[in-house]
Amino acid sequence: MFFPISNTHISPIYLAVVGFLIGILGGFFGVGGSFIAGPALRLMGVDWNYAVGTDLAHIVGKSIVAARQHRTLGNVDLKLGFIMAFGTIAGAECGAQLIQALKRAGNVNMVVSWVSIIVYFSIAMFMLWESQKTLRSANKRSSRSHPREDRSAFGPVTQKIQRLKLWPTISLPTSGIQKISLWTILLVAFVGGIFSGFLGGGAGYIRMPSMVYVLGIPTHLAVGTDLFEIVISASYGTFTHAMKGNVDILIALVMHTGAVIGAQIGAVSTQYFAGPKIRLAFVPLPLIGAAIVIYTLMTGHKL
Amino acid sequence: MKKESEKSLRAFAIELAVYAVLVTCYFFLVLHLLGNWLYHLETQHRLTYAIVALLLIAGQAVVLDALTTVLFRLLRGRWR
Repeated sequence: MFFPISNTHISPIYLAVVGFLIGILGGFFGVGGSFIAGPALRLMGVDWNYAVGTDLAHIVGKSIVAARQHRTLGNVDLKLGFIMAFGTIAGAECGAQLIQALKRAGNVNMVVSWVSIIVYFSIAMFMLWESQKTLRSANKRSSRSHPREDRSAFGPVTQKIQRLKLWPTISLPTSGIQKISLWTILLVAFVGGIFSGFLGGGAGYIRMPSMVYVLGIPTHLAVGTDLFEIVISASYGTFTHAMKGNVDILIALVMHTGAVIGAQIGAVSTQYFAGPKIRLAFVPLPLIGAAIVIYTLMTGHKL
Repeated sequence: MKKESEKSLRAFAIELAVYAVLVTCYFFLVLHLLGNWLYHLETQHRLTYAIVALLLIAGQAVVLDALTTVLFRLLRGRWR
């Protein structure tokens, strides 16, 4: 099938299958899946700028479906999602500016590559340590725990962060948080946004763990709320990229047909897994991201 | 319990098949017709293209989500 906007020939079945796989990941983990979609589009000869913009457009559609499914399951905190969207958009703009500054300095590729490898690796190792520790202590406590039970070995640190009395404080009844500083939420969203602007994609691999470990949001709610927040921030990203001529909406529409089914499967699957198990299964995702960057660094080819 | 999941799986397989037929029609009819118009918009009217792109992807998400939900509900009811 010929896509005139990006001037490429791609099989619609290939696009639908890629969309389906990313949909499952997105629905289950609350990530955009740009670390797969970008290389998958590049593999078919789509220019990098179109791969980034088109991926964002596809993320909007997929996240609408997955967030709606999670909302039906009671996994979306709308108040938190709206607040976080502001921080993410501001952070994304700062991240994009940082990229421009590094471009001017002439070392953008090296800096972005090393930062992303360190960040991806740290997240994976931390989540591996935390989820295993939590699962081990849960096994000691009871062999028959509830499938949606959500404890964290990092809980005491999270409680200290929640006790910070930085005015204004708000309550998040849906997430079971009585009081938390608005600045903490905005900071988490802002940092996620910086990584989104700096490394590309929706940066769900940073935001979802931050929501669990820093804000203390239960994993199921973090996944659903992250998806809802991605709808807003990715819409903004799609609009700005479309204005710059980086979006082939026809490719995004075809990819999205597969993602609809995948996102529903992913979202429904979360109810059969406890929070620590979802976090443990999340570990390979940032490692795949790190592997792609290392491959790019070693071969000089951008996937 | 096992019977229930077998029914769900069968309904899901049929849903996938019906969905694939509908999506194939969609590829050839709607996208083929929209292709040239969207290409023209992208080259001539960027702002309109950006708005239309967002509306299209959001609209498709809502419609396909509703379609798959209805299909699944119908098929589950039929096999019950």
